[in-house]
Amino acid sequence: MDPTTAFTESLTGAAMVPKCLADEGVKFVFGYPGGAVLPIYDEIQKQSAVKHILVRHEQAAVHAADAYARSTNHVGVALVTSGPGVTNAVTGIATAYMDSVPMVIISGQVPTHAIGQDAFQEVDAVGITRPCVKHNFLVKNVDDISITIKKAFHIASTGRPGPVLVDIPKDITTINGKYFYPKTVAIRSYDTVVKNDVSDEIIDKIVSSLLRAKRPMIYTGGGVIFSEASQELAELVRALGYPCTNTLMGLGGYPGTDPLFLGMLGMHGTYEANMAMQECDVLFAVGARFDDRVIGNPKHFYRESRKIIHLDIDPSSISKRVTVDLPVVGDVKTTLRKIIEKLGKMKTLHKESGAIDDWWIQIEKWRGRKCLSYDQTSDIIKPQMVIEKLYELTCHQKEVFVTSDVGQHQMWAAQFYKFDQPRRWINSGGLGTMGVGLPYGLGVQLAHPDATVLCVTGEASIQMCIQELSTAKQYNLPIKIINLNNRYMGMVRQWQEFFHENRYAESYMEALPDFVKLAESYGHVGIKIDRPADIEGALKDALARKDELVFLDFITDQTENVYPMVPGGKGLSEMILV
Amino acid sequence: MIVERRDPRHVISLILENESGALSRVSGLFSARGYNIESLTVAPTNDPTVSRMTIVTRGSDEVVTQITKQLNKLVDVIKLVNLTEGGHIERELLLVKLRSLENKNEDTKKLVEEFNARFLDTVNSDKTYIIELTGSGAKLDDFLDRVDETLVVEAVRTGASGIGKGSHTFVY
Repeated sequence: MDPTTAFTESLTGAAMVPKCLADEGVKFVFGYPGGAVLPIYDEIQKQSAVKHILVRHEQAAVHAADAYARSTNHVGVALVTSGPGVTNAVTGIATAYMDSVPMVIISGQVPTHAIGQDAFQEVDAVGITRPCVKHNFLVKNVDDISITIKKAFHIASTGRPGPVLVDIPKDITTINGKYFYPKTVAIRSYDTVVKNDVSDEIIDKIVSSLLRAKRPMIYTGGGVIFSEASQELAELVRALGYPCTNTLMGLGGYPGTDPLFLGMLGMHGTYEANMAMQECDVLFAVGARFDDRVIGNPKHFYRESRKIIHLDIDPSSISKRVTVDLPVVGDVKTTLRKIIEKLGKMKTLHKESGAIDDWWIQIEKWRGRKCLSYDQTSDIIKPQMVIEKLYELTCHQKEVFVTSDVGQHQMWAAQFYKFDQPRRWINSGGLGTMGVGLPYGLGVQLAHPDATVLCVTGEASIQMCIQELSTAKQYNLPIKIINLNNRYMGMVRQWQEFFHENRYAESYMEALPDFVKLAESYGHVGIKIDRPADIEGALKDALARKDELVFLDFITDQTENVYPMVPGGKGLSEMILV
Repeated sequence: MIVERRDPRHVISLILENESGALSRVSGLFSARGYNIESLTVAPTNDPTVSRMTIVTRGSDEVVTQITKQLNKLVDVIKLVNLTEGGHIERELLLVKLRSLENKNEDTKKLVEEFNARFLDTVNSDKTYIIELTGSGAKLDDFLDRVDETLVVEAVRTGASGIGKGSHTFVY
C-alpha cells in the first residue's frame, strides 16, 4: 500500500491549515482575520493545538512572529487576509528577509475565479512579496495545501533562513481534499548546504591562515546566531586568544563581557573594533556579509591588505562587497567545530608563543581611548546612562531579552547593553524598520513567558506600532518599555547636524502624546522620568512589576549624538569621536 | 550596477521549474539588483515539467559571478551553466519585413543567398515580403547592417538560445 495514501484523510482546505501548523509543531500563529481567511479562522477557533494571537495591525503580526523566531530558533508563523492584509504585512516580511529570519506567512487570496478581476481586497500577493521573500507559493489545488505548507517550512528553516509566503485562495479552503502532512519533503531545485560539506583540505587552509596571523581579527554576524554556533565561536576565540567583534545582528554570538570581545563594529562600532578590522592582517569573517553599515566604503577597506577567510552558508554573500581570499561555503556550527578539532591537534598556538602580543598591546591602546564615554554629571538625562543602569539592574537575571526599534536608542542599546548569550538582542538590522520594538516584545514575551522583556525605543519609533499596547493588554504581556524621549527623530537629527548644517527638516516630533496617559488608557502603567537621579528608582519600580506592562518615558538630552560614527561612504578608521 | 560596453558578454543557460512565476523571479532578480539583460529566451523542452532559459548579459567577472550565485539561490532554478566558459553554439532567429522595390529586389535576393536566409512569403498586395534568418547574434547584426535600411518595415529578433558543445551535456 502506498504510504502516502495510508494516512490520508479528507478535510476542507481551511481545516488543513491549522492541522498543518499543529503537525509542524507550531505553538503560536500571529494574525488578523478578514474576508478571504474567514473559513481558516473558523477552523482555528475549533482547535486548541495552535494558539492564535490577535494583533492590531498585520505589520505587527509579522514582526511578532519574526521575534518569536529570532528568540527561539523556531519558524515564526503569521496569518493575514488578502489585499490590505498582505500589503500591511510586506514591511514585516521585508524586515525578516533582510535579517534572514525563518518565517511562514499564510495569506488569504480572493477565490480562484476572481483572481485577475480586480476583485474586492485583491492584490497579487505572490508578485508584491517576490523581492522580499526567500520563496512564495500560490496554492491552486486543495490537495496541494499540506505539501505546500510543508515545503514552506522546509525552505524557511534550511540553508540561509528566510520568510516564505503561502497564498491560499478562499474557494479552495471551502472544499474538501486529501490531507497528508509529510515528515520530510524533497525539492529537486532546492539544494541546501550539507552540514559536513567543508572538506578537511579547506579546514587545513583555514587553520594555517589563522595561525600565520600576526594581527588576527575574528568578525562574526547573525549567521552565528541562526546556526546556534555561539558555543563553538567562544571555544575557537578562546583557544586562539584572538580579538573578536560582532555585527549588530551578531551581538550575543560572543559573550559581550569577555575581555577578548572588542564590542560591536561598524558605523557606530567601537574605536577598537573598527581599527582592528582595518589594520588586521588576517580576518576571519563568520556568518556576516561586509555590508555598508559594517565596513563602510570597501575602497577604504582595501587600502590595507589583509587575508580574508569568509565562512557563510550563502555563496552569494561571499565576495559580494569585498573580494575574499579563502571563500568557505558551509554551515557555521559544524565548520567551526571542525576547526576547533583541528586546532586541538596542534602543538603550539599563538597565545602561548607570544606572536600576537604586540597586536594586543596595540588593541589595548585603542581600547584605552574609551570611545563610548559620555557626560555622567549632566542635569539632563543622558540616554546612555539609562541603558547602562538598565544593564546593571538586569544583567544578573537569568532570562532577559532586549528588543529595540530603529535609531539612536538602538545604537545605544547595542553599545551599552552587554549580551552574553545569543538570541537575547532582537532588532531590525538590515531593513532598519522603525516600529518593530513593541511587536518584537509581544513575540518574545509569548515565547518566553517568565523572561524579562525590555523594549528600548524612542518616541518616534514607538508611535509606528503603538496600537500593539492593546495586544499586550489582551494577552497580559508585561513588557517593559524604555522610551528614550528626546522629542526628535534622534538619528535623523544627528545626520542633519553632521551633514545638513543643522537644518532640522521635519525631524522634530511635535504634538507628542502624554505617554503616561496613553499607557494608562490601554490599561498599563506609565511613568515619566526627567531627572538623572530618578532613573534607577523608576527602572527598579518597573522591573518589580512582574505582571504589568510599564511604559517608562525618559525625557532625555535632545542634543546627544551616537559616537563613534563612521559617516556614510567613509572608511572604518575615519570615525567621528566624541 | 553600471554596465560598461566593454564588459564581457556572458550567455547563461538555466533549467528551471516550468511554473508560473518562475520567469518573473528571474527577470525580477535582474531588475532588483541592477543587472543588465541583453536578451532572455525561455520555453519548455522535451521534459514539460521544466523550462530552459538562455540569458545574455554583460558584466565584469565579479558581477557575472554574483548573477550566477543569485540565480542559483532562486528556489525554482534547478541548474545553471555559464555557456561562455566553454565551447558553445548560439542561435537566434530574425524575422524581417521588407518593402519590395523593383530596382532593389535583386540586391536583396543576393544578400538572402549569401546569408543562407529564406523568403517566407512572396510579395503581396502591400508590396512587402518577409525574410527569415537564423544565426549568431553577430550574423543577424551583420545582415541588418547590410540590408538597405530604407526597405525595412519591421524586424523582430528572438534573442539567443545557447547549447554547450561536445560531451558536456547540461541536463538535470
